[in-house]
Amino acid sequence: MHPAFSVIFFTVASGAGFGLISLLFIADVFKLGGGFSREQLVIGGLIALSLIVFGLVSSTFHLANPKNAWRAMTRFRTSWLSREGVFAIAFMPLALVYLASIWFDAPSWLRETFGFLAAVLAWITVFSTGMIYACLKTIRQWNTPLVPANYLALGYASGSLLLLLGAVYARLDTTPYIAMSALIVSIAAVLKAIYYFWIRSPGLTPTINTATGLTRAKVKLLDAGHTHGTFLTEEFGFQIARRKASLLKIVVFAVGFMLPGLMLVWVFNQNGGPTAALVAVAAGIVGAAVERWLFFAEARHVVNLYHGAQRC
Amino acid sequence: MRLGLVIDLDVCVGCHACAIACKEWNASGTTGPLSDYQPYGAEPSGVWFNRIRHFEMDEYPHNKTINFPMSCMHCEDADCVTVCPTGASYKRAEDGIVLVDQDKCMGCNYCSWACPYGARELDRSSGTMKKCTLCVDRIYDLALPVEERQPSCVLTCPAHARMFGDFDDPDSAVSRAVRERGGFPLMPELNYNPTNTYLPPRRKPVIPIDARPKGGLKESIKQFANKLVRR
Repeated sequence: MHPAFSVIFFTVASGAGFGLISLLFIADVFKLGGGFSREQLVIGGLIALSLIVFGLVSSTFHLANPKNAWRAMTRFRTSWLSREGVFAIAFMPLALVYLASIWFDAPSWLRETFGFLAAVLAWITVFSTGMIYACLKTIRQWNTPLVPANYLALGYASGSLLLLLGAVYARLDTTPYIAMSALIVSIAAVLKAIYYFWIRSPGLTPTINTATGLTRAKVKLLDAGHTHGTFLTEEFGFQIARRKASLLKIVVFAVGFMLPGLMLVWVFNQNGGPTAALVAVAAGIVGAAVERWLFFAEARHVVNLYHGAQRC
Repeated sequence: MRLGLVIDLDVCVGCHACAIACKEWNASGTTGPLSDYQPYGAEPSGVWFNRIRHFEMDEYPHNKTINFPMSCMHCEDADCVTVCPTGASYKRAEDGIVLVDQDKCMGCNYCSWACPYGARELDRSSGTMKKCTLCVDRIYDLALPVEERQPSCVLTCPAHARMFGDFDDPDSAVSRAVRERGGFPLMPELNYNPTNTYLPPRRKPVIPIDARPKGGLKESIKQFANKLVRR
């Protein structure tokens, strides 16, 4: 699949934003590390919301006809893309009420109810983002429950690193934030490792024989029937060399998981402080972006069977 | 009604006439234009509803070239329709034709990801998804003579490799052809239940290519005489 940068930016940014606000709610309820002040919570919430909004806006850049984008809310009953949009929009007022009830010192039941609802909606929205890809039977690298699991884990990992950065700047006790980040980042790393292991073996997938129905003999493509590229070769023809993919997987693990982990240790040992937390956030987000690029680059659509692939 | 095409892989000669006729009709049809990019340039490309690929089955000396026209299969379980977030893609209840409402499409490409057959192509000039309409603006046109109320590709095929009809009617020409010739769908394992059906190449007697055995004295004299006589 052709990796579209607007979609990569969208999924990474909005995933981090949704992760940040959900974990901010947990930090608020349990007063982790002494608890953020009122202003700090609201600033953190607004950073999360702006990540989500920038992400949603950038996702419309890959539309060829964005004037009809508002119609994407209408097929909630069947389309995960539609559901993602509806949930993201339903999340906004809940999150805003939550932040407002923090700002205006509303009764704690109101604040906690709306915080909880916003956190649940955030979870459902990121799940829907993953399901956009996971529901496609045409791409075996995507058609697995590990995809929404990876989207959630990586979004929450980026969010937890952002929250740790906030805790360092707010001079809170960072131990609970370090523990939270360490747990979520290691879950994300393990899930990603399972995913990379899983997609290595093809399993029961269409072949050039089932694609042409000529199942009793070897089949090969003689001519694809077009002189230059087509929409199909542009959108689905992208191929990544196996060696380059392996190298990028090392980058994902080294930059996306190992480096933030190392920085957590630094923050815990009181070396570096804000700088280490900042490096952790930057590395986590760069790692997630490389992971997302690879997620698209490694996906092989079955239409490639009509352009020369023997199996997908 | 379940309208669709039957494509006879035994007969198709791979001339691309169906694709040309399709483009000719639909460029000015309800979903037209079908934009071309650099049609006379170095990198010619563009939107087509129908594409013909060429495959080779088996290996020499048992090999056979199979010309393979493909357009929208008008699937019974069309994921392209269910994934569409805007409702632009729809499947008609009355005849099963899958269409894209050009006024609603936002050009997100998601339906093309869901289609295993590569039937959908984005038109860069309009920013909308386009696909085979089964010539819906032709097959119901009462102004045309009855025999011309068929998709353009079917009418134009010089080899009669394409048939159009109702798959729900067990006595229609398409249903009979599928039954008698053992027609098959493409990628049935994905469970899209495509309507369009392909007829397999027929089994033909193998033409011997070995050297003929020697025919004895009479045959040798004949061959010698043949060499002598100048035609």
